[in-house]
Amino acid sequence: MIIYGTALLSMCYLLGVYLGGLLGKILGVDANIGGVAIAMVLLIVGKEFLAKRGLLPKTTQFGVLYWAGMYIPIVVAMAAGQNVVAALSGGLVAAIVSIIALTATVIVVRWLNNMADDYDTFTWDEETPTLDQLS
Amino acid sequence: MDLIIQTLTKNSFVTALAVTGLVMLFSQMLSKYLTRGKLQSSAIAITLGLIAAYFAGLYTTGSKGISDIEIFSGFALLGGAMLRDLAISSTAFEVDVKEIKSAGKIGVIALLLGCVIPFVVGAAVAWTLGYRDATSMTTIGAGAMTYIVGPITGTAVGASSEVIALSIAIGLIKAVFFMISTPLLAKFMRLKSPRSAMIFGGLVGTTSGVAAGLAGTDVRLVPYGALVATFYTGLGALLGPSVFFLTVNAFF
Repeated sequence: MIIYGTALLSMCYLLGVYLGGLLGKILGVDANIGGVAIAMVLLIVGKEFLAKRGLLPKTTQFGVLYWAGMYIPIVVAMAAGQNVVAALSGGLVAAIVSIIALTATVIVVRWLNNMADDYDTFTWDEETPTLDQLS
Repeated sequence: MDLIIQTLTKNSFVTALAVTGLVMLFSQMLSKYLTRGKLQSSAIAITLGLIAAYFAGLYTTGSKGISDIEIFSGFALLGGAMLRDLAISSTAFEVDVKEIKSAGKIGVIALLLGCVIPFVVGAAVAWTLGYRDATSMTTIGAGAMTYIVGPITGTAVGASSEVIALSIAIGLIKAVFFMISTPLLAKFMRLKSPRSAMIFGGLVGTTSGVAAGLAGTDVRLVPYGALVATFYTGLGALLGPSVFFLTVNAFF
């Protein structure tokens, strides 16, 4: 059943976000630390566990993949809900800080990626890109 | 007419789904005919979303973009943090674990640099522009990390509300900037492989910017970038009011 996949995803998500919140609390921070990342790891582990036992039929997988396919529309909806006016009303100080900080960030991304050096050699494995087809 | 509006308003979440679908269709056509497929439809859709959010913000003077308009209030749920994070989590279903393991170390380096660089630059520029007390410098530097780290740090160190508002604006500019420009700068940033997406996620950090930026570039990169980026805000909120503030305070 499709709901099994969605429920698996939901449980991993809830547990991950809870653990991320717990981590924040332990470190005394008013923020969630890596909750979504923990959820992702749990989902990967859960998938492997079920797949090995043959408990992951296509319909169950679809319950997860539906949400992966909804990713882009959700992000578009997120963009439409941003406080863009506030971003543009920060004045000159905000503009100058942003221009310099963003330029620095972009350059360091390029620099680190050049060090990692797989831009020319990397190719996607053509057998697994379901995420691409779904969205 | 009244009944139409009533129907759309009462079922606002479904309205949001329908409208988003239409926006995607429109973007796909723009991508195909206007840019001949050069600019991905998702990148166009995200930009359209931001433009709509801008005008909605002017019109309603609210802070939640289009979702402040009643018939579009479903966008608050569809585009809210809950479904966004659920969708991000679901993308992990298809990741290549080998890629993550091999890029783990450089991902952590990127994450640390990603916190330090905007902070240092932000604090330094703040100093040159006349914000010379440690509290304001720290808060503005934290805002250059994300629009969440800025106010958390500012509140913790006791910054003025004007400086906190400034830090939020700086963080929002960063998010909007990466939403729009990541697809355009992808080549310059050498953004193509899972490893490069992890580096990008760590250095940029702001979840909405990374999430939308990678979606507009290549959706297969999303889980790798998100895996690192979701540590960023927490790490920033941890470092900002503590290590970073104490360091700035020691010098100024």
